[in-house]
Order: sequence, then structure tokens, then C-alpha cells
Amino acid sequence: MSASFKNIGLFALVAGLIVLTGVMQSWNAALTILNMGLISAIMALGVNLQWGFAGLFNVGVMGFVAIGGLATVLIATDPVEGAFAAGGMRILTALLLGAATIIAAVLVQSRLKGMAKGIATVVILLAGFFIFRAILDPGVAAVEAINPALQGNLGGLGLPVLVAWPVGGLLAAGVAWIIGKTALGLRSDYLAIATLGIAEIIIAVMKNEDWLARGVKNVVGLPRPVPYEIGLQNDPGFVERATGLGLDPVTASTLYVKTQYGLLFALVLVILLLMAQLALKSPWGRMMRAIRDNEVAAEAMGKDVKTRHLQIFILGSAVCGIAGAMMTTLDGQLTPGTYQPLRFTFLIWVMVIVGGSGNNFGAVLGGFLIWFLWVQVEPMGLFLIEVMTSGLAADSALRLHLLDSAAHMRLLTMGVILLLVLRFSPRGLIPER
Amino acid sequence: MDFLNAIVALSNFVLIPAIAYGSQLALGALGVTLIYGILRFSNFAHGDTMAFGAMVTILVTWAMQAAGISLGPLPTALLALPFGIIGAAALLLLTDKFVYQFYRRQKAAPVILVIVSMGVMFIMNGLVRFIIGPDDQRFGDGARFIISARDFREMTGLSEGLAIRTSQGITVMTAVIVVAVLFWFLNRTRTGKSMRAFSDNEDLALLSGINPDRVVMYTWLIVAALATVAGTLYGLDKSFKPFTYFQLLLPIFASAIVGGLGNPLGAIVGGFVIAFSEVTITYAWKKVLGYVLPEGLEPDGLVQLLSTDYKFAVSFVILIIVLLFRPTGLFKGKSV
Repeated sequence: MSASFKNIGLFALVAGLIVLTGVMQSWNAALTILNMGLISAIMALGVNLQWGFAGLFNVGVMGFVAIGGLATVLIATDPVEGAFAAGGMRILTALLLGAATIIAAVLVQSRLKGMAKGIATVVILLAGFFIFRAILDPGVAAVEAINPALQGNLGGLGLPVLVAWPVGGLLAAGVAWIIGKTALGLRSDYLAIATLGIAEIIIAVMKNEDWLARGVKNVVGLPRPVPYEIGLQNDPGFVERATGLGLDPVTASTLYVKTQYGLLFALVLVILLLMAQLALKSPWGRMMRAIRDNEVAAEAMGKDVKTRHLQIFILGSAVCGIAGAMMTTLDGQLTPGTYQPLRFTFLIWVMVIVGGSGNNFGAVLGGFLIWFLWVQVEPMGLFLIEVMTSGLAADSALRLHLLDSAAHMRLLTMGVILLLVLRFSPRGLIPER
Repeated sequence: MDFLNAIVALSNFVLIPAIAYGSQLALGALGVTLIYGILRFSNFAHGDTMAFGAMVTILVTWAMQAAGISLGPLPTALLALPFGIIGAAALLLLTDKFVYQFYRRQKAAPVILVIVSMGVMFIMNGLVRFIIGPDDQRFGDGARFIISARDFREMTGLSEGLAIRTSQGITVMTAVIVVAVLFWFLNRTRTGKSMRAFSDNEDLALLSGINPDRVVMYTWLIVAALATVAGTLYGLDKSFKPFTYFQLLLPIFASAIVGGLGNPLGAIVGGFVIAFSEVTITYAWKKVLGYVLPEGLEPDGLVQLLSTDYKFAVSFVILIIVLLFRPTGLFKGKSV
């Protein structure tokens, strides 16, 4: 009883912090934190599935989040006129051929033996690579030549943006399957480095393959699942209701839009949390934890460790993909240049560890709490430094430098929080039961 | 003549940069591999340790430059290097005392230590950005080139130039000296031998009276020196930017794993394997092939296998291939 009392208290504390932001700064800021908090909580749920349930050390979260974002572009934007005719077929053929090459190489690995195996693999891979480039490059050039200032990519399917969320999950799941097949057999340290590398490669592909989603030229103005502020402000009915509540229409419209997003995100979070809870309590969840705690014993009991690991790796990555698609939808733009491992991989890990690995509610709490701190530590640090250095002259070099550097307080703080939790409460704020 | 030109172009754009980069990676990977061998975990904070050591070196370099101290044609940073090493060593010993020691006493699982090192990574990253800022910093001085492309052309009469930058020369020289001293230390001195014994079999080493705290302390000191040297050399050769040091983590780990984690010789070989593959696969071969191939067969395109932005992909693919076919690396590594 006291445990659940403590947990409710912790959630109330985070809610209180967000409300406090609303009162002290603005409700707009509070809602912004809440929305990203919801998304962070979903990412933390995904990582918790992999780490908390199964003990898989995945530090490639950023890659799956980015893939989810890519799905938003591929689903929700309108197709670029003439792009598919110009080079789309070539690109698709090339990609299929690339896949065929790799499958052929894998088949050769399992069928042939000795010298023939090595030679055949090298020949297939080299030939495949050059044919792939020969077919792909003209297609890419043709697509990227179409209206390069604004488009130059294949565009999307023009479907409603909400479709992109599950598709983001599916895409991430597909990539996770490929990665899991090759890397899951590795020991924990190696898996960590492998996933770290894969995330970097995914970002590199998204930055450089302009035909896909314009690369670092970014895709802006993605469709939204909620009304536009400007539309609301021009709606007489809305303006009337806003003034009735004593708000000016501009503030009211932004609050309204953010609340709508918040409700959508909360719905997704509740569904995923429910599913994660059911999974945890099911025989499947118990089996996962048994595998995590003692792989050898579980294998001796006839559990297929490899398949189970692959399963949960895919599921967790899919959840991260969904969160990534949601985040890109909230931002309204895809900017591959902004994906950084500290923010999108390691911060999520801090959330899971601080919240309590192995406990879904813990992961959610960690998501909200750490995101709140990530946003608020900067102004707090600035305030602190201003107070501490108020004795110095206004133009003292040290003071100016410290004020300039206050922005980097957040990294330090995250590290200190992680280390403190690991030391004094290693099972997190809401420990696994 | 064309053949000579081809060799010069190849050296200028592939061999020399790859040797310099390989030396930097090897020094970084040596640090990672020592920590793995003796403290038995993968240190995610290593890139940021390099950044911290390099940062202290840069700050001292600036102070020396301001005071008018210089090494003539050599960069002043070499004089500042010992101070950087002391700074990094102090930081690492403090981190060990306040963070890692607790988990070592507890005999925590290696994966917990990896997560702990993630926290340390955040703190070091924050510290570096806090002190020197997230921007590019230049601190190289002295002569820029050992041989500039123009001098070389005038000297030899070839149409291709060969430029060797001072930083590249110094990188290779320093790396050779550091590696020689390290191997001498590990193989010849009492402390070095006790470190190797501890790495091979901890229980047996403890039984024969080796003081584990001493071994751990020496490990951190050596790692501080390696990381600072690697970080400073990389900064001199390219430029100092905290974020790039964090990104170096991947090629460094790839080098250490490819060579066999825990094996110092493997780390060096791994560093060069990764560096050479990265540079050759992302280099545009048009020029070299143009000299070598007969008339009429010259390539039209750049003949670049992958764009330079995919260099991470190269280290990663090599890593996966080695892991799939030789799970303990090229040289026999160890597994925790």
C-alpha cells in the first residue's frame, strides 16, 4: 500500500512541477514540456521493454526515433510531381537489387565451403555494389534535379499524418529485425557499440540521401492532425469562446492546439502503457524476465533465447519509432541534422534508469521528470549563476563566461542525477516488483 | 612518370592522412582496451576524457603563447602536453575515487559499469563545454608544413605535390614514442607486469600479493596520458571541437574490438585497419586511376565508393564482419 502511495506521490510531484511552470512562466511553456514529456515517456517505455524486460543493451535509440520521423515524411507529404516517373523506378530497382545482393551473399555463406565461399562472397558483394551504384546514381540525380530549392525528393503518399505513427513503428520494427538478426548474438558490450554505430549510419543516410527526405535541407511544413492556430484565430466562434474565457485569441489558439496534441499523445501513451503492463504480467513477460536473469537456465528449460531477444528488440524499437513519428509530427518538420546521440539515446537511458528499469510506470515517470529537468535546468542554472556572480562587476570576463556557459549545465546535471540514482537508489525511483 | 605521380597522389591523399588518423585511433583504442582489460568494462566516457585532456592542454598552450613561450617550428601544445596529462589524470583519479571504486568493491556487473560510464560521459561532456564552450578552437602554431606541395613539386619536377603537415609528422612520431614506452612499461617493469597479471587472471594476481588499488591507479594514469596525447594530436591535426570527440567513440571502439578488446597490440593494428579502410573507401580515386590506367580508360566519375559522410558506416561494417567471423577480434581478445 505504501509503495503505491509513494508512486502516486511521485507522479503528483511531476504534475505539480509542470503546473508550477504554468503558473510561474506560462501555460504555453508548461504544455510544451508536457507534450515532449509524453513523447519522452513513450521512448522510455520502448527502451524499458528492451533493457528492463530483457536486459538488451541498445544504445541506438536515436536511429529508431529518426526512422519514425522519416515515416512521417514518407506517409504524410504529397508526392512530388514527376519524381517517381523521373527516377523512382530506378531507385526502387536499385534498392531491391542491393537487398538481393546481400541475400545472395548470405546464402553463399551457408551453402558453400572453404575457398569457394570466400571468393564467391567477395565477387557477389563487389559486383552487386557496382551494379547497385550504376542503377541508383542516375535515378537519384534525376529525382534531385526536380525543383531542388523546394523539393528534389520522391515525396510521400499524401495520406493522413496519423497513419504515419503506426507506420513509423513498422519501419523501425523492420530495421530492428535486420539489426537484430546480425547483432543480437553479440555480447552486451559489443551489442552496445553495434547499435551505437547503426544509429549513426541511419542518421548519415538520412542526411545524405536527398531523394529520400531532402537530407540536411530538411522537410518543413508537414501536415498536422490538429487545426492551425491561424485558422482558429480567423474562426469567429473560437474567438468568441476565447474572449468569453478571458483569453486573447492568439494565446487561446496556441493553448488549444497544444492541448489537442497532448490529448492525442496521452491516448497513445495510455494504449502502449496498457499493452506493456499486460505483456509484463503475462507468461511471456515472466519468461522474458527469466531469460534476463539467467539466460543459461532459461535455455535449459527449453526457452528459445535468441528468438525471444529478437522479438523484444523489435517491439521496443517499434515503440521508439512510433514516438519518433509523433515527435516529427509535433515539430511539423524533419531535420536530420538535429539528431544527436546525447539527446536522443543517452538521455532516454537516463530516463529509464532514473525512473526504474523493469517497471513501466517507472519509465514513464522518468520520461516526464528528466524531460522537465532537461528543459528547466538551463534557466535555473542561469538564475543560479546570476545570483552567485552578482558580486562581480557586470562586465567581468569570468561572469560573462559563466553566463554564456550556463546552457551546458544541463549535461552536467543529467550526469550527476544518473550517478546519484545509480549509487543511492540503483533500482530507480519506482523499482521493479 | 605517370606511375610516380600516381604514387605521390596516393601518398598525399590516402597514405599520409590514414597513417596520422590511424595513430590517433590507435592511441585512443589503447586507452579503451587497457580499461577493458584491467577494469573490465567498456568506457563510454573515453571520447570525453580525450576532449578534457586536450582542453587542459589547449588552455595551457594559450597561456604559454600569451607568455611568449614557444618551441620554434614545433607547436607549443607539445610543451603543454604534460599539464594536460596531469589535468586528465587528476580528473580520472577523482572519478575513480568517487564513482567507479564503489562499484568495483561491490563487484557490480560490467554492464552496470558501462551505464555508470554513461553518467561520467555526461558530466565530462558538460564540463568541457562549460569551460571552453562547444565551438571550434584553434591552438596550433609553429611551422605548418614539413614539406609543402609546392616545394615538393619544385624539388622533384613531378606534377603532383606531396604535402606533409607538421601535425601529421608529430602525430606519427609521438605515437611511436608513446607506444614504445607503453610496451616497455607493460613488458619490462614490475608494475607493468603486475598489470598484465591482473588483466589475465585477477584471482591469481591477488593471491600472489599484487595490490589491486595500485594496479587500478596506474591504469588510470596511463589511460589519462594516452587519452590526452590522442586528443591533443587529433586536435592539432584537425581541430578541437567537443562534439567530434564524442563521435570518435565509435571508430575508437571499432578499432579496439577489431583488434581484440583487452589486447594492446590488437588495438594498434585495429586503429590502422579502421583508418585505412575509412580513408580508402571514402577517397575519390579519379586522379590516381587517371595516372595508372592507359589512355582512353580513364574514369569519368569521381570513383568514390562512398561519400565521406559514410565513414562511420565503414568502421561499423568492418566491426560487424570481424565480429561475425572472428568474435574475439583479429588478435585474441578477452571476453567478460
